[in-house]
Amino acid sequence: MKKLLILGAGTAGTIMANKLDQHLLRDEWQITIVDQDETHIYQPGLLFIPFDIYTRNDVIKAKRDYIPQGVELIMSGIELIEPEKNRVKLSNNKILSYDYLIIATGTRTQPGETEGLMGDGWYKNIFDFYTLAGACNLQKFLKHWQGGRLVLNIVEMPIKCPVAPLEFLFLADWYFTEKGIRDKVDLTFVTPLPGAFTKPKAADILGDFLDQKNINLIAEFNTGSVDSAANKLVSFDGREVEYDLLVTIPTNMGDASIERSGLGDELNYVPTHKHTLRSKAHENIFVIGDATDLPSSKAGSVAHFQADVLTENILLAIEGLPLQEGFDGHANCFIESGFGKGLLIDFNYDVEPLPGKYPLPGIGPFSLLQETKANHWGKMMFRWMYWNLLLRGSELPIEAQMNMAGKMR
Amino acid sequence: MPVREIAGVQVDFDDEGFMTNPDQWNEDIAKVLAEEEGISELTEGHWKVINFIREDFKEKGQPPTIRRMNKVGGIPTKDLYEWFPKGPAKKAARIAGLGKPQGCV
Ligand SMILES: Cc1cc2nc3c(=O)[nH]c(=O)nc-3n(C[C@H](O)[C@H](O)[C@H](O)COP(=O)(O)OP(=O)(O)OC[C@H]3O[C@@H](n4cnc5c(N)ncnc54)[C@H](O)[C@@H]3O)c2cc1C
Repeated sequence: MKKLLILGAGTAGTIMANKLDQHLLRDEWQITIVDQDETHIYQPGLLFIPFDIYTRNDVIKAKRDYIPQGVELIMSGIELIEPEKNRVKLSNNKILSYDYLIIATGTRTQPGETEGLMGDGWYKNIFDFYTLAGACNLQKFLKHWQGGRLVLNIVEMPIKCPVAPLEFLFLADWYFTEKGIRDKVDLTFVTPLPGAFTKPKAADILGDFLDQKNINLIAEFNTGSVDSAANKLVSFDGREVEYDLLVTIPTNMGDASIERSGLGDELNYVPTHKHTLRSKAHENIFVIGDATDLPSSKAGSVAHFQADVLTENILLAIEGLPLQEGFDGHANCFIESGFGKGLLIDFNYDVEPLPGKYPLPGIGPFSLLQETKANHWGKMMFRWMYWNLLLRGSELPIEAQMNMAGKMR
Repeated sequence: MPVREIAGVQVDFDDEGFMTNPDQWNEDIAKVLAEEEGISELTEGHWKVINFIREDFKEKGQPPTIRRMNKVGGIPTKDLYEWFPKGPAKKAARIAGLGKPQGCV
């Protein structure tokens, strides 16, 4: 039996397990997937927890239920990848050998990277919402908060789902308005980027949204440390921002096992070929999702598009055929903008998010970079699609490659 | 694409003022570009950074991030901000004759 091993049963790993199970012959291939956690978290749902829209139970399910019967699931930490020996050591001391390896260990927030961030204020008046614990604790805090200065800070780029911080602010504007205390809350966005977003056109449009919603923007702020005693952020060049409530997006980093194995860059991301998803260092290792070092967004939709390309390429690699350069950096994200509305952006490596229409057979069209009710429903529907179609590797009516139809330059 | 003569060399730039051909670079050009960035004198610290990022560029094909200068180059982030105030990654890359660091996504 030949062996295909997948590391990480998050969004990308789970999709790959399902797709490859559909394509590889059972009597020739043993597919194994490893993860350390029993629960799968629907991460896009974490955004809604602080505002009482979703609860903890709305975003978690058992990983096991999403791994097909024919695939072996091992619950354990990953200790070390040894590419020269084609094997992986697990924390439970098991050693797994492989013919092909797929790395899908994702990225996580590392608040410990910033001096003072995990000091006295941590989970008292400093919260993250990229983790389940952070989102739930912030929900409890906001329930009784009477107002003051809320600062949302991105410590360092890149982060997964780069629109989530903006969505948080838009929803906060709505939430405090509903509570009748918007006039007592100052909302400030503190970012290392030169504007509201990474790409120019979207940055302009989203920047206007910040203005309209009376949200302050402090740009090009590179957070050096947090002073919990004085409740202020200090940048590397000595600028200071005071807060009453700090909502932080800490530095995002790939898994430590990547670093231990000598396979990562300075953020523990694995150098990956941009279009084929093969690792740059090893022929029989492929990388997908947030674990890559690619200049595409780190998002579930991206992992989904990559999975189409990667499935094809694994099959080609097995046959000894040349790989397809199929991944174009395609990302497609709904942006929740508050008050039951949302926006949609669709882009790739070469084309930044543009305004226009996004045709979608059967459901669409959706408006791009424009606030509509339909986009809000698209976002809410995404949870159902995620659990029922996306993770199971079903075909969605969206092409992996970006399409220019409907977009306006 | 704009071409300027600096220190007797014809130097190609992009529209944002970054050199497009790292091979045209020399130390005199670095001094001129540094002055344009408000750095009147390149100290030992500046040169350490410039040399590291040019070396790293040869290997990686793109200018390093601040985190990479710190972790791989061993240059404390605080120092980077002191030597290249405001935008160390961008400024240092420009002075070292490299393209604009790739923005984030
Ligand atoms: C607040 C928030 C909002 C978001 N909103 C959106 C959105 O609206 N749309 C969108 O498309 N995307 C969104 N995302 C991003 C999306 O969730 C991720 O990009 C996606 O889940 C990435 O999938 P992945 O498989 O690469 O990583 P993950 O899903 O994070 O999976 C990685 C897996 O690897 C396992 N693992 C890692 N290291 C080890 C180890 N050493 N041993 C064992 N197991 C290990 C982990 O336990 C985990 O299960 C959002 C993310 C957040 C945090």
